[in-house]
Amino acid sequence: MTLNVWLPLIIVCSSLLPGIIIFFLSENAIRTRTVLNLMGAVLKLVLVAFVYLGYRSGEVYLFTFQVTVDLHFMLRVDALALLFAGLSSVLWLVTTIYAIGYLEGSPNRRRFFGFFSMCVTASTGIALSGNLVTFFVFYEFLTLATYPLVVHRGTRKAVEAGRNYLFYTIGGGTVLFVGIVALTVLAGPVEFGQGAQLANFIEGHSLELKLIFWMMLAGLAVKAAIFPFHGWLPVAMVAPAPVSALLHAVAVVKAGAFGIIRLVYDVYGVELASELSVLPPLAVFAAFTIIYGSLRAISQDDLKKRLAYSTVSQLSYIALGAAVPGMLSSVGAIVHLVHQGIMKITLFFCAGVIAETTGAHKVSELNGIGRRLPLTMAAFTIGALGMIGLPPVAGFVSKWYLSVGALSSGQSWVVLILLGSSALNAIYFLPIIFAAWFKEPPVEAWPDKRPNRRFEAPWMLLFPPLVTAIFSLAAGLFAASSWSPLSLARRIVERVYFGL
Amino acid sequence: MPIPQRVQTGKGARVMETHELYGVVAVGLFCIGLAAVFLCRHLLKKIIATKIIGAGAFLMLISIAERDAEIIADPVPHAMVITGIVVAVSAAAFALALARQIRMKSGQSEFGGEPK
Amino acid sequence: MSALFQSSNLPAWLVLVPVIGGVVTFLLPVRLRGGVGLLFAALTTLPALFAGWLLTGGTSMRHALGGWEAPLGIALELDGLGAVFILMTAVVGLIVSIYARVYFSTVVPDPARASMFWPLWLLLWAGLNGMYLSEDLFNLYVVIEVVGIAAVGLAVLSGKTPALVAGLRYLIAAIVGSMAYLMGVALLFGATGVLDISMAAAALDSGPTARTAFALILLGLMVKTALFPLHFWLPPAHSSAEPPVSAILSALVLKGTFYIILRLWVEIFDVSLSFAAGQIVGALGATAVIWGSLQALRQDRLKLVIAHSSVAQIGYLFLLFPLITVPLGASGEAEWAIFAWTGAIYQVLAHGFAKAAFFLAIGVVVIAFGNDRRESILNLVGRLPMVTFAIGLAGVSLIGLPPSGGFLAKWMLLKAVFASGQWWWVPFILVGSLLTAGYIFMILRLAFAPADKEVPMRKVPRGLQLCALLLAIAAIVIALPAEWITGLLQGMSAFGDPVELMSNGGEAVR
Repeated sequence: MTLNVWLPLIIVCSSLLPGIIIFFLSENAIRTRTVLNLMGAVLKLVLVAFVYLGYRSGEVYLFTFQVTVDLHFMLRVDALALLFAGLSSVLWLVTTIYAIGYLEGSPNRRRFFGFFSMCVTASTGIALSGNLVTFFVFYEFLTLATYPLVVHRGTRKAVEAGRNYLFYTIGGGTVLFVGIVALTVLAGPVEFGQGAQLANFIEGHSLELKLIFWMMLAGLAVKAAIFPFHGWLPVAMVAPAPVSALLHAVAVVKAGAFGIIRLVYDVYGVELASELSVLPPLAVFAAFTIIYGSLRAISQDDLKKRLAYSTVSQLSYIALGAAVPGMLSSVGAIVHLVHQGIMKITLFFCAGVIAETTGAHKVSELNGIGRRLPLTMAAFTIGALGMIGLPPVAGFVSKWYLSVGALSSGQSWVVLILLGSSALNAIYFLPIIFAAWFKEPPVEAWPDKRPNRRFEAPWMLLFPPLVTAIFSLAAGLFAASSWSPLSLARRIVERVYFGL
Repeated sequence: MPIPQRVQTGKGARVMETHELYGVVAVGLFCIGLAAVFLCRHLLKKIIATKIIGAGAFLMLISIAERDAEIIADPVPHAMVITGIVVAVSAAAFALALARQIRMKSGQSEFGGEPK
Repeated sequence: MSALFQSSNLPAWLVLVPVIGGVVTFLLPVRLRGGVGLLFAALTTLPALFAGWLLTGGTSMRHALGGWEAPLGIALELDGLGAVFILMTAVVGLIVSIYARVYFSTVVPDPARASMFWPLWLLLWAGLNGMYLSEDLFNLYVVIEVVGIAAVGLAVLSGKTPALVAGLRYLIAAIVGSMAYLMGVALLFGATGVLDISMAAAALDSGPTARTAFALILLGLMVKTALFPLHFWLPPAHSSAEPPVSAILSALVLKGTFYIILRLWVEIFDVSLSFAAGQIVGALGATAVIWGSLQALRQDRLKLVIAHSSVAQIGYLFLLFPLITVPLGASGEAEWAIFAWTGAIYQVLAHGFAKAAFFLAIGVVVIAFGNDRRESILNLVGRLPMVTFAIGLAGVSLIGLPPSGGFLAKWMLLKAVFASGQWWWVPFILVGSLLTAGYIFMILRLAFAPADKEVPMRKVPRGLQLCALLLAIAAIVIALPAEWITGLLQGMSAFGDPVELMSNGGEAVR
């Protein structure tokens, strides 16, 4: 029983403590640092799995600490929390391995891994927060923890990108803060999953509730990179590849998207949100971002930038799904949280491998690269096809649910947006795949793989994208299994709509 | 035994008590000093201005001591004034010492013009 | 003998120990002063901690000096609000003392120059504790002067011309401020015939005398607290002093007079207040927030950035007054007052710790690179990671990002602002936060930026860096014992109550 109280906190601390210890280690304590990192990552994964099993059998995990009058620090495990926590702990483990390989021999690794752990702590915290205040605490903590990672390289460009990043996120955080305080004043401390609590206030307060919704949404939209708040994301691409992978797949952008889902489903509730008619405008913004991001992606030659604009576009699927009322769309939105994560992290991992082994950063330099890096490009292809939405990769499942959901709630225009987006995705992904596999490599061949290496790239760089690519396939192939992200998403939605 | 004195301010007019006169003078001194502190730039003048403000405040205390004492003045304000004077004198001495140091080190004897 | 150490004598010990320390260190030869001074700093911390422990749960204790009760004697009263300030002074003071001990013994080559630090600092400490304890209006005047003179003495310790000029400016402002206060006290005494705060409160009627006295006292104390537009003396004085001194001046000395304003506002002057008075003071505070932050953004030297930031952060404190000064009839439902109080007290604490940490950290930078120009901290993260970390943490608290003391302060203030319906303060609080983020991250951006050429760096004792980091961490974790701190505050009679006014003419009812 007591263990159940402490487990959420332990899960958060399982990355916080290694992070703190790493700061106090010396720069050269590579082995200790690696062991700490991996131990933390594995421990977190095991704990999340344990809690998941417990949750399925009806255990309750709740940690609260009263800071002061109606200001509680609260960590709670629910299905949505588990989905996000599971996603971040799996991807953290993978990214840690990748990062260790990627940064081998580069300076300031202590700082990198320290803040890296903080970052994961923050996203686990976001996942497990049981009320708005706790969510906000970790949301801002995430901003701070990622800043040193964005500027890690220390170049002028990196520092500039960091400044841009802070400009957007601190501004967004402030607006979110006002929204949260205002909502707390209006309705008392807001716990997640108690939408009925707010519904009592709609009488005479609908304007306030609307304003507060927009303020909070604006604050969250910054991290979720919804137009017009997306500007920081492509610029932040100067960070090292593991950071891009983490920022774009798990930590920052997902925090925003996750926040929007919490806001719509667990703070306001679908009913109240529909009643206030705040959802259609959100849908319009999200739809616009989907098309806009894809269009911008087409014109990018820098591979990471193209991926970044693709992220801008793909993330808004989540917001779009949340904005269309109806169970199926909600399932699509929530499951895309996971699917987009594993597919996009695959793509970024691959971009990092390509850059590390061949020095190619541009799309135009990728001709014939499939011959040099067959496994990497296979993973990349799976990820890209998933983004386009081809079955049986995970992306198909999300798009299917989003489309069917839109049709069943009579918003057929959403289907057009999704189709258009798929076409645009194909336009900017297929040429890469085609060039990689079928075009002739340039006259000067790629640098050879090191003679004493068995694989095309160091295994620490190669395995992570392979693993996540397999996950992307599996999430699509076995979507009907009761362990798949889809089933979890369906359970979450059932709880949201029927209070089960 | 001191007898309250009265000052004639004009025929038929209300009689102004000494302590009231003191009070008016005190306010005057206070205002003069305050104006001088803001208007003067010379270090010494500024310090003197603070002394004038102080004089105003102390005089106010003294005038209050006599307020409703028909026979004996209230001793508490006197004690306050004595304490206050001691404190104010030491503050003034400190200010003068500082001004002297500034003058010796940089030759300047006015505010403004100092390097930022 | 044991009677001396009764807990009822605690208020007296809080003042007496540092006074003895000041005298002893003054009499000792220069080389012994550092050690003995630090010892007395530790000894002063003890009764402060004891006070915090004793008052847990919200009680208060009164001590009549020499056994003479007011109105004849002078009373010291230790209540929850005072205890919070005393505790903050003790914790910050002790860490700054450790820093100063290391700083003056290893970094400053000339021991004679530094020798006056300990007597002045301990005397200042005694004066501050006196401010938080004194129940007597005239006694307050004396400790205000003691604190003022000792503070100026510390500010000019380096003996350099800019410090001297800034110090004299500071001293003149301080004298004018305390004289205005004394004038107000004189009027008040004339109206009531007593000096004891609670007795004066009982005897004071509303009217022009009370109002004039209030205006004079408020103005005098506002000069000393450096509230906009009376802050002109602060930036030069705080930025030209030695690092431990800057920390003391910014983190502690400003809070003393704020405390007196707060105490008199709710305990005596509720009779002469009006809704407008609260709004005016609040407006000054709000302007200070914006003005100070804008100025901080424009500065080239880090110490000046931080000094201007103090002007802004002090402004936040004054937002308390409009929030607790409400029209009659509103007080029954003014449950936001408790948020406003908590917010302001947390702003005091968070600023105290964060600003002290900041000045100590910049002090390390100055030792390492010889100056505090913005360019000198390029690539600070690679060269002095611990200091960068301290600056980052202190900055988090100043901006009000979670989880930190500053966050709790902003949360509570904003909540009170919304709940009281005085929504017009919202933009000031927010823009202030954003501007603060602006200058904090300007510093951090430089700290992370690459240096074109590596400037030679002097080695800095690790202890100094650790002190800065410790204070920065304190600025963050101070948010955790919020329950205990608000519990302490319950010991103040006026805590959590709004000052109630009649809507017509500002006449108050008690």
